[in-house]
Amino acid sequence: MGLENTLFESLPDVVTVKLDAVVNWARKSSLWPATFGLACCAIEMMNTVSSRNDLSRFGAETFRASPRQADVMIVSGRVSRKMAPVLRRIYDQMPEPKWVISMGACATSGGVFDNYAIVQGVDKIVPVDIYVPGCPPRPEMLVHAITMLQDKIMKESVNDRRDTFEAESRESQVPGTLPVTEGTALEKETEIEVAQQQVSRPYTIPSRHERRKSS
Amino acid sequence: MTETLQQFVEAIRSHNAEWVAEVSEGHGEVTVLVPADAIFEVCSFLKKGHDFDLLADLVGADRGPEEDPRFEVNYHLFSTRHFQRLRLKALVSEDEPRIESVVSVWRTADWHERETYDMFGVVFEGHPDLRRILLPSDFDGHALRKDYPLRGYEPYSMN
Repeated sequence: MGLENTLFESLPDVVTVKLDAVVNWARKSSLWPATFGLACCAIEMMNTVSSRNDLSRFGAETFRASPRQADVMIVSGRVSRKMAPVLRRIYDQMPEPKWVISMGACATSGGVFDNYAIVQGVDKIVPVDIYVPGCPPRPEMLVHAITMLQDKIMKESVNDRRDTFEAESRESQVPGTLPVTEGTALEKETEIEVAQQQVSRPYTIPSRHERRKSS
Repeated sequence: MTETLQQFVEAIRSHNAEWVAEVSEGHGEVTVLVPADAIFEVCSFLKKGHDFDLLADLVGADRGPEEDPRFEVNYHLFSTRHFQRLRLKALVSEDEPRIESVVSVWRTADWHERETYDMFGVVFEGHPDLRRILLPSDFDGHALRKDYPLRGYEPYSMN
């Protein structure tokens, strides 16, 4: 990531246009999804990667369990308010370039669950590139979403997707409380630490592609 | 089918008549209304004396903001030896929403009581770890009460 940042910044525009095609082709042809199957849409996601509708034909060869090794996060399933900070944290752990596919009606807009517990659309939490409707969407629809994402990637510029600078990202605030540390001894320690270092910080530093104006 | 269940009710009544405030029957099921301060003794009596070894469910209900007592806590008991199901109902008022926990009788009551606390606000005394289980821990209010709006009060925002 650091190498790409510095390299692409120093090149003149003529060269980056030619480089775009190559780099974007490489990125789109090997989009490795991060497993984020939350609910019923995850079953259809499993169908998409199994042999009948084979997603690895399109480059999504392995679903990486670790977000640090993944390119695209397919949010499949309803996101509850309790899960939302976890989702954001996993998204933040993915290195650039990263994309998000919101699969299914619940991830897109809350689906049938218009209530106190479900976030009405995952784009309130992470920036979404492709929305897939359906309850659940057929596997072919998810395959179409991946191909649509690949077309979108081809049109991007290499300068669009850069990580934030290290010093800036270190100062961002941890979103929410993770359910894991709640009620444990670790929570008290982290609370004390946070209280000691309490400075006014931005909630989270959006990476550059979240702030750009073009789609 | 309810004859064996009626025998259990008679056994409870003969042990302590105050424990059976009301008995209702319907669809082959028997429900015993138990005063809330006696629920622990009734449960341990039924478990130890009459083999009601499985607590199938412990669930709360909100009878409505105008009712008094407002909340009820239902205990669905099952006896694997006699193969009979019995329901105990305890009524809890809104001003003092406390009832004794039956965790020491059946350990499964642990999470069920946490859910009832989370959704209705009924406090179980003697519970080892009474905190929210389904909703986020910083959630305001008790969601399954009748006067809690379906959509909640605020749309989700991360800040």
